[in-house]
Amino acid sequence: MMRALVLPLGALALVALFPMSGATFYVELTTKIMIMAIFALSLDLLVGWTGLVSFGHAAYFGVGAYTLALLSPKVAAAGLWSSLALAIGVAALCALVVGVFVLRTRGIYFIMVTLAFAQMFYFVFHDTKIGGGSDGRYVNVKPDASIAGFTPFDLDKPVHVYYVVLVVLLLVFAFLQLLLRSPFGRALQGIRANEQRMRALGFPVTHYKLAAFTIAGALAGLAGYLLAAQSGFVNPELVSWHQSGNVLLMVILGGAGTPYGPIVGAFALTMLHELFSTLTRHWQLWLGISIVLIVLFMPGGLAHLMRRVRRGLFGGGRDG
Amino acid sequence: MDIVAIQLLNAVQYGLLLFLVASGLTLIFGIMGIINLAHGSFYMLGAYMAFTLSSLTGSLAVAMVLGVVLSVVIGLVLEWTLFSHLYKRDHLEQVLLTYGLILIFEELRSLIVGNDVHGVPVPALFGGSIALVDTMTYPVYRLVMSGVCLAIAAGMYVLIQRTRLGMTIRAGASNREMVGVLGVNVNLVFRIVFALGVALAAFAGMLAAPVSSVYPGMGQQVLIICFVVVVIGGIGSVWGALVASLLIGLVDTFGKVLVPEYAGVAVYLLMAAILLWRPEGLFRRG
Repeated sequence: MMRALVLPLGALALVALFPMSGATFYVELTTKIMIMAIFALSLDLLVGWTGLVSFGHAAYFGVGAYTLALLSPKVAAAGLWSSLALAIGVAALCALVVGVFVLRTRGIYFIMVTLAFAQMFYFVFHDTKIGGGSDGRYVNVKPDASIAGFTPFDLDKPVHVYYVVLVVLLLVFAFLQLLLRSPFGRALQGIRANEQRMRALGFPVTHYKLAAFTIAGALAGLAGYLLAAQSGFVNPELVSWHQSGNVLLMVILGGAGTPYGPIVGAFALTMLHELFSTLTRHWQLWLGISIVLIVLFMPGGLAHLMRRVRRGLFGGGRDG
Repeated sequence: MDIVAIQLLNAVQYGLLLFLVASGLTLIFGIMGIINLAHGSFYMLGAYMAFTLSSLTGSLAVAMVLGVVLSVVIGLVLEWTLFSHLYKRDHLEQVLLTYGLILIFEELRSLIVGNDVHGVPVPALFGGSIALVDTMTYPVYRLVMSGVCLAIAAGMYVLIQRTRLGMTIRAGASNREMVGVLGVNVNLVFRIVFALGVALAAFAGMLAAPVSSVYPGMGQQVLIICFVVVVIGGIGSVWGALVASLLIGLVDTFGKVLVPEYAGVAVYLLMAAILLWRPEGLFRRG
């Protein structure tokens, strides 16, 4: 048990102390990675734990981001707590409504239908004037975090944003761990393993799936809100299917259905992107080739590889 | 009234073109159980081949013949090297691998041809317009496109319903293992169907190139609309793909005329409505 905690706790200490280095570029990059990790964790609740491969998760991410952008007045700050609550709420509502439709399908259909619905959101933001069309919209003034006169942090400072996002990431991680250990979470894992049997046991399977879809949408909205708050800018690319593919890639690369997998995947994919794009302008080619090779020769993703490495390092031990 | 007639022709032409791409996609889904995100890339590949080969040879017709041969070869090679390893894997890994393929195709395209938008001239033979009514004319090439698409649709009907290969394909779609046990070389049938799907998508791209021009990302737009076609028509049903394509052609074309801002959304609303009514699509086979 202790041994299993060495790696994650070491990584956490490293991440917590990192801003001391003062490298602003990397602080902001790591903040973005952590936001993507929250996004990936939310998707893994569907892909890894419930067995629902959603290819349209960027829709709720984008809805969260756009909610902040639309709530922010041109020259004043939006209230952080109220706009955050609203962003999560709107994303959850969108996921609930879409969920009613998409959960009528399964398998390949589900993948295609989630993608198609996400594309619908994309067109709403891209073609209409609601969110500034294809140009997107600026969040000119960062949301204001004050509660009754007291301001706990300032989102204009990159280091503050860094720690806020780190805390949110830990909270989301803890929330999902608790959720998965609850009877509700157990039922979701039962559905992934054998949906027919769960149905036969009398579980209202569709309601469970819809609840998972809504929770995942709400958490994706949270991640989108954070990204808009960090970058101060939203555009339809946030909702594009590349975004959905990207986050799915993080989940699968890191290892779907593992506690740390999505976080590892978010770090790995973003660093891979950084590495390739400093080496060559055609980084997508190398990324694509890496993906194809990983699927062909390394099924199970990085988490699987890490498990094997860890077993090699510490010798034997339980599958973690 | 004239405008309605012209939009109707546009709708049918767009729908038939979609059908060429979507029919290959639905066959690959239905028979091999593979979700192929890279199918739109084959459409793009076709359009770019039309551009490159026609500027090299000076003739779109020659380019098309060469292009179809090339895309069949590409299809066979891809099935042999990559897709044949995917049949036993789950959908997640299929999504991942074909997503990687999209990145590769897009980047190769940008390396070889660049990121500019290119036009492909309409063949001189079909360059004119014909008068539909006194005041309206319609480009001949668009009519030829619809005609060619219809001919291919008819050809596919004959191939699938009336030939031995078609019989095997239909049998393979309903029970893969059983067909294999009966002594049919299922792997070979899969390879042929895959190459056929690639060629259909590429041919659609070549046919569309003079009308839509050739631009980066063109494959992905088509891919997602084709997913909608397959969802509405029902997986594996070529007939369903035809009906759904025409339906989408109508909704999209008239959506653009009536509610321009929301035309992009209209197609997806249609899909949502069909999902409520028939979650398995209009023509899902047993």
